[in-house]
Amino acid sequence: MPDNSKSLMIQTTDLTKRFGRFTAVDKLNLSIEKGEIFGFLGANGAGKTTAIRMLCGLLKPTSGTAVVADCDITHQSEQLKTRIGYMSQRFALYEDLTVKENVLFYSGIYQVETSRALSVAEELLSEMGIDLGSKALTSSLPLGFKQRLALTCSLLHDPRLLFLDEPTSGVDPQARRAFWNVINRLAEKGKTVIVTTHFMDEAEYCHRVVIMQEGKAIALGEPAVLKNEHSVPNMQQLFLKLVS
Amino acid sequence: MKSNRIPAIMLKEANHILRDPRTLLIVVLMPIVQLIMFGYAMNMEIRNLRMAVFDYSHTPTSRELVNDFSASGKFQVSYPNLPEDSINQLFFSRKYEAVLLIPKGFAEELNRLKKTDVQLLIDASDPNAATLIRSYCTSVIGRYNQLEKYSPIDVRTNILYNPDMRSAYFFVPGLIAMILVMVSALLTSIAITREKELGTLEQILVSPIRSHEIVIGKVLPYIILALLDALFILTVGMTLFGVPFRGSFPLFLGFTLLYVLAALSLGLLVSTVAQTQQVAMMMALTMTMLPTIMLSGFIFPIASMPKLLQLFTYIVPAKYYLQIIRGIMLKGNNLTQLLQPMLALIIMTVVMLAVAVKRFSLRLK
Repeated sequence: MPDNSKSLMIQTTDLTKRFGRFTAVDKLNLSIEKGEIFGFLGANGAGKTTAIRMLCGLLKPTSGTAVVADCDITHQSEQLKTRIGYMSQRFALYEDLTVKENVLFYSGIYQVETSRALSVAEELLSEMGIDLGSKALTSSLPLGFKQRLALTCSLLHDPRLLFLDEPTSGVDPQARRAFWNVINRLAEKGKTVIVTTHFMDEAEYCHRVVIMQEGKAIALGEPAVLKNEHSVPNMQQLFLKLVS
Repeated sequence: MKSNRIPAIMLKEANHILRDPRTLLIVVLMPIVQLIMFGYAMNMEIRNLRMAVFDYSHTPTSRELVNDFSASGKFQVSYPNLPEDSINQLFFSRKYEAVLLIPKGFAEELNRLKKTDVQLLIDASDPNAATLIRSYCTSVIGRYNQLEKYSPIDVRTNILYNPDMRSAYFFVPGLIAMILVMVSALLTSIAITREKELGTLEQILVSPIRSHEIVIGKVLPYIILALLDALFILTVGMTLFGVPFRGSFPLFLGFTLLYVLAALSLGLLVSTVAQTQQVAMMMALTMTMLPTIMLSGFIFPIASMPKLLQLFTYIVPAKYYLQIIRGIMLKGNNLTQLLQPMLALIIMTVVMLAVAVKRFSLRLK
């Protein structure tokens, strides 16, 4: 076996999570390379979010191991957390704070220098036309803006690995398109991006995907290769074929 | 490593507090409403009690006794001039709260034996009022006996620390105890469960923050808020109701801080159990408000409770805090006289905090 561990960002071995008698993630084996945009696909309850939460150090695996950003997720979660960014599916922002106050809060808990955090935020938000100095509360922003702000907050500490849990749910198609452009640019800068989604058309944007069902990986590979193997025209058809 | 995580959380929390009208409503309006309600509605004094007198003695001696009743200022005496068997009707129509029957041989027996009986009927459909009426009557008759030298034993009661038995003296400390436990426990448990509901807690937990940083950062603003609130209630209580403050103010602040810590630990504990704000609110209210009103000695004396309930009072923080601040405010107690309740509060705080932090850090996994 060639030694490719240097270029790997994530490697899981039989990663398993059980809640009581329910197995949410069942012996997941994945190797994800640096700079990849990697998609977790599957219906609701397929185990995508649980898998991601384990990889972030938020949940302890029941069995199996994983090394993420050179950290063991069970024993080095503290160190792991300084290297990753995470954006949950609910855009965890404080609606009663302004945009700037949200940015300052997250820069505070990540111990990022204020001036640096503000310039990072300025750069990421300006193209959306979001004004950092605005007195408006976050609750008054449209959903697309909130999504961008949540992404910004998870990037302030310049993580090498970014987890996006259903980042585009509830956002209109135009904003989704724009968001994927940002993700692509992040990958070009060398960041690894892990995305969960149940929009099969978005899977086409990923370099590689894993399709999950009932906690198990039922398909893994590049979208084009997978479509070819199963001779289907798009990911939607592939998914339906695999799941039924 | 310099940590600026705690100030970041504190600042955010302070913004939440200042921007949420509900919090300010609880902290400012609730004490005012309760002070007014307790101060003016829960008056432990009754004046102008209507008393009907049936004087069958018709002597100067009996009239003197009746005069003593009206001179006490508590009673409005009248002679209804009705047959004795209509007394029930007087009570049914709610025209009188008490009836005094002076028998025919009153003056004569008193002269001869230095001792006689009168009958007192009290409407006890309101037992609290009845108890008060009874004690008023006893004191009027006691004074009468004393002056006329009928009583063999002369009892002179000296009421200490609250000589006028002003109810404000006991409810202002009680209200401080109640509002503090509510503000501290309720607001902290809501503040944490709100983040669970919104998903922001998950977002914080995925950062390299430590659980004690979250707890301290979230709780400190509420400590300050609770202390300010205590001073606010104290000031209103002292200016509006003239409640005295005889002891040391720094001592008061120190003990109040200890009590707030106990209440905050309770709030933290609640937030590790409850998943939603509503559940947290219900739990915090039932665990603080009811025990503080019913079982702390705030309104009902602990000694008058059944033994089983008395045991429960040992785990009510307000019980100890009330002993402390009544001691400081009304009696001018010093630290050594308050070591026992202080120790009890410290033990409770340490136990609750330990359990809460342990459960809280488990949530990280």
